[in-house]
Amino acid sequence: MADRIMVPFPSNAIVPRKDADKRPVLEAHHLGIDFGGLTAVEDFNLTIGRSEIAGLIGPNGAGKTTVFNLLTSVYQPTRGTILLDGYDTKGKNSFQVNKMGIARTFQNIRLFANMSVLDNVKVGLHNKIKTSFSASVTHLFGYSQAEKAADRKALELLDFFSMADMRHMPAGALPYGDQRRLEIVRALATQPKILLLDEPAAGMNPSETARLMENIRRIRDEFDIAVLLIEHDMNLVMGICEGICVLNYGRVIAKGTPRQIKSNPKVIEAYLGKKAEEKNA
Amino acid sequence: MNFLSNLISGLSLGSIYALIALGYTMVYGIAKMLNFAHGDIIMVGAFTCVVFITNMGVHPAVGVLASVVVCVTVGVLVERIAYKPLRSAPPLSVLITAIGVSYFLQSLAQLIFGTNQRSFPKFISLSPIAIGQLTIKGESLVTMAVTVVIMIALTLFISKTRMGKAMRAVSEDKQAAELMGISVNRTITITFAIGSALASVAGSFYGLTYGFVGPYSGSMPGIKAFVAAVFGGIGSIPGAMLGGILLGVIENMAKAYISTELSDAIVFGVLIAVLLIKPTGLLGKKTNEKV
Repeated sequence: MADRIMVPFPSNAIVPRKDADKRPVLEAHHLGIDFGGLTAVEDFNLTIGRSEIAGLIGPNGAGKTTVFNLLTSVYQPTRGTILLDGYDTKGKNSFQVNKMGIARTFQNIRLFANMSVLDNVKVGLHNKIKTSFSASVTHLFGYSQAEKAADRKALELLDFFSMADMRHMPAGALPYGDQRRLEIVRALATQPKILLLDEPAAGMNPSETARLMENIRRIRDEFDIAVLLIEHDMNLVMGICEGICVLNYGRVIAKGTPRQIKSNPKVIEAYLGKKAEEKNA
Repeated sequence: MNFLSNLISGLSLGSIYALIALGYTMVYGIAKMLNFAHGDIIMVGAFTCVVFITNMGVHPAVGVLASVVVCVTVGVLVERIAYKPLRSAPPLSVLITAIGVSYFLQSLAQLIFGTNQRSFPKFISLSPIAIGQLTIKGESLVTMAVTVVIMIALTLFISKTRMGKAMRAVSEDKQAAELMGISVNRTITITFAIGSALASVAGSFYGLTYGFVGPYSGSMPGIKAFVAAVFGGIGSIPGAMLGGILLGVIENMAKAYISTELSDAIVFGVLIAVLLIKPTGLLGKKTNEKV
């Protein structure tokens, strides 16, 4: 694993030009979005370094998925900027920011349920293995080189998560845990620089969660990419995240290492509510 | 023998419906809209054939190719100009726009070609083939053969190629596909292009079968092909093929054995009956309600 750099977490890192390849992979500056007068996210700042595993936590309705939707251009921010690998994503479509290096999974699984496991991964490879329209027409009756390359690459990825033997099954027929894994494989197939996971452990039992944690670490180490995850399972978040950002009512209320977050009174308050005597004080 | 020859001309007519229905069903599956101007693309294709083959005297193959090019251009332009700006508009607005485009194309054809029907060049002149007492018209054979080849090619294209996979992904979940790096707009453009190409081929066969083309020639086959697509299960490609062929056979049988005047009523009656029993159509997928 090449030199991993930790960007000190609560910072808008200023990176010297000569270290261009060490610049943070994702930066959000003063990000905000309104939905018809209602501010969903306000003044959101976040910097994630290459090969960093970061967590985004907060109570339900805090705006975590909205942040993911902003980062992947599902929504265009009302205010602020997003830099992906140093490039502004303003005005880009979702498929363009995906090409720029961001991929994600969904809170409620959104696989292409009627397509096979292999084809789901090959959809992820869409931009990575190119064939022209004419080539795909001329190769209709044979299997083109590019298709073979896509098959190989997709199988390699599936194999990495021990899913190669399920490749012919329709994605919708997989058990729940495997569907969650397949979503990660499909996102990885787009060869992102940063992977966003939206509640990857939702509905998993402790042993599945432990395996997921292992997989997330392997993804970071083997693919050398950054991971930003939304998760309610605190064992997972505290166990693998190097930096954590806590969101409440659309605003960042704390940032830091797991140790700092665990003892932060604002975080405890957001999750458990204020104690009576403090309210009176 | 009479039954067999009725069956064969029904299959031939059904092939034309199936080619048109494929355009309806693919556009519905991918862009989630009913493109009611699709039928008029057939008329555009047939008129292009008339202009190129009859008026300009080019080789029929060149004329057919030109009609494919013109139809694809018209189809893609219609999508760009009329439908793309309405991507996030309510479905009803898109539907009304499509009806507007349909009238626009019909009026444009009236303006250019007048209201009279033109005779369609009979560029395939195969002598009828006789098997025992059964005679099959040459055009019917060509129509069926070409349709089968197109269907096989389309099925392979959808299932095997990178673009086909992108189309299936977009039809299942637009947003997820977009987030996996697929340009939904480009996929929709390609869908319209393929649909229009199929409609132009259908237009040539329609002209060959009936011998005439007028500004409104596209509307009835268009509506019947739409019925065929719904009959087979809209959004489903094999459904459109099956629905189109069945519709052609039912129509022809009704004409032969019941009544020519009632044949259309019978066709639409069958549609109503099928939808009462199986609302998603013959091969329609169950709709997954999203929570």
